[in-house]
Amino acid sequence: MSGRYLEVVRPGALSTVQDLGRPGHAHLGVPRSGALDLPAHRLANRLVGNPPEAATIETTVTGAAVRLAQAGTVAVTGAWARVTVDGRPASWSAPVSVPAGACVEIGAATRGLRSYLAVSGGIAVPPVLGSRSTDLLSGLGPAPLAAGDRLPLGAVAGPPAPVDVAPTRILPEEVALRVLLGPRDDWFTAEASEILATGRYVVSTASNRIGIRLEGPALPRRVTAELRSEGVVLGAVQVPAAGTPVIFLADHPTVGGYPVIGVVHPEDLPQAAQAAPGTPVRFVLWAGARSGRSVRRAAP
Amino acid sequence: MTRAGRQTPSRGGRQIGPAAPTPVAASSPGEPSPDAPPTFTSLDPRSGRVVTPGPAVALAGSDGVRRSCLGVCTGRWEWGRVRIIPVGLSALLVELSDPAYVPALVAELERRRAGGELSEVDDVVPGETTVLIDGLADPGDLAHRLAAWRPESVRLPDGPLVEVPVRYDGADLAEVARHWRVPEEEVGRIHSAPEYRVAFCGFVPGFGYLTGLPRRYHLPRRPVPRTRVPAGAVAVGGGYAGIYPRESPGGWHLIGSTDLVLFDPERDPVALLTPGTRVRFRVMR
Repeated sequence: MSGRYLEVVRPGALSTVQDLGRPGHAHLGVPRSGALDLPAHRLANRLVGNPPEAATIETTVTGAAVRLAQAGTVAVTGAWARVTVDGRPASWSAPVSVPAGACVEIGAATRGLRSYLAVSGGIAVPPVLGSRSTDLLSGLGPAPLAAGDRLPLGAVAGPPAPVDVAPTRILPEEVALRVLLGPRDDWFTAEASEILATGRYVVSTASNRIGIRLEGPALPRRVTAELRSEGVVLGAVQVPAAGTPVIFLADHPTVGGYPVIGVVHPEDLPQAAQAAPGTPVRFVLWAGARSGRSVRRAAP
Repeated sequence: MTRAGRQTPSRGGRQIGPAAPTPVAASSPGEPSPDAPPTFTSLDPRSGRVVTPGPAVALAGSDGVRRSCLGVCTGRWEWGRVRIIPVGLSALLVELSDPAYVPALVAELERRRAGGELSEVDDVVPGETTVLIDGLADPGDLAHRLAAWRPESVRLPDGPLVEVPVRYDGADLAEVARHWRVPEEEVGRIHSAPEYRVAFCGFVPGFGYLTGLPRRYHLPRRPVPRTRVPAGAVAVGGGYAGIYPRESPGGWHLIGSTDLVLFDPERDPVALLTPGTRVRFRVMR
């Protein structure tokens, strides 16, 4: 431990420590967790010279403020937000040098939902099952940040990236998500995939790190039997009894008892995670070609 | 096993029948070639339905003729029929004809993982009748290999045995006794008689779904789940027995409690109950 730390001044609506998560424990019921907008998390780390697995702070809606006990480099990525250092405007999505004792503030998100704050050295809370991520489903990892929390920082790994402003992707006002049907699309009527492809959905306020709840047309079931609990993946579009879909994010339960009609393309998940309540969402049914290798069928 | 969803799975309006005894993949003209670039599919002009081929996996029959398969592959192992269903871009769901084969497939997968195969796999997640294999770079390739596997007859690995001391003092003891038509004092004796096995885990870290309760003692979950079940609560629900690792909501019937710590991230192993673990309950007085 280097003795460096930061202090939480204002935690905002919900700020958590996140890294690449803890995959590999799903068979024990442990969610993967990790940053929801992984490209933004990786970029923030790269800008301050951290490896991708260093932990960042993921804020929600209203940003956050922290004070660095020692001088360091910070970068804010993800949701668009005003960044200030001791009240003076600083660059968003760029490495920013911060003197000892200065307060770094991320303002409310003006587009998107979750900003990522990387600090040189990374947030060095003790890892749990190989990850420092806060998992809101199972309570693993550090608790959501509270004012006055002191978070240890790791040793600085490398110099900040030599850029002024990094290229970032646009956060659209309407989110279009490619979805690959299955594994349980055959539990729905033929009309259901049509409804999914053409229906207008909106992100519900009941969304969180576990999943994005959607408001919109229900997807009618063909098979009404109870699904035997089965493993679910990140990005699964699960359809509970009410019929409106839920998109599973990183803190999702490892098994589920409702059918999954499709899975959101992994490249589209970050923008799904940045969709604030009220954001329109539509699904694009997507059929990606496989490797095309032949499959020999097992003989009887 | 007569689940409607299992008999005539249809994808995009096309039917894939149950496994035929002959190694022939059904095919119809006009299907997208598996080598075609990714396509956005929309309405089928003839039926007016959305055509959604899903990730295509090529199948080759024993005649060597390649045929495209709309995602789902079926095969026949010595255990019975198996369906291999693509899940997103990097996972496969292997559906087995009987829950009893799940631990056998998990053991087979673990054996191959230990031998260096499937090195890229992040997670092997057993369910009631399925095994999810997640983190695959090329699921089509594994689907190919899985369908060609010849797993031996079911040979259940002898999992570790965990003994769970229980005080049979649960809030639903009387209700369960009434369902089972036995005196309250009998519930503990009945519940602690069989040897259980962790079929799969989920719900919260360290929660194992235990099979082994005789069928006549199965009972539906509570109509209204409790918002708060204490840590260590011993419960039965559906065909399963279980222990709540920590305080959580819960819909099963509470018959007892244990002081055993089921999940502790600081401990090795973190979870006492992992798939395949054998469990015995011991009556504590």
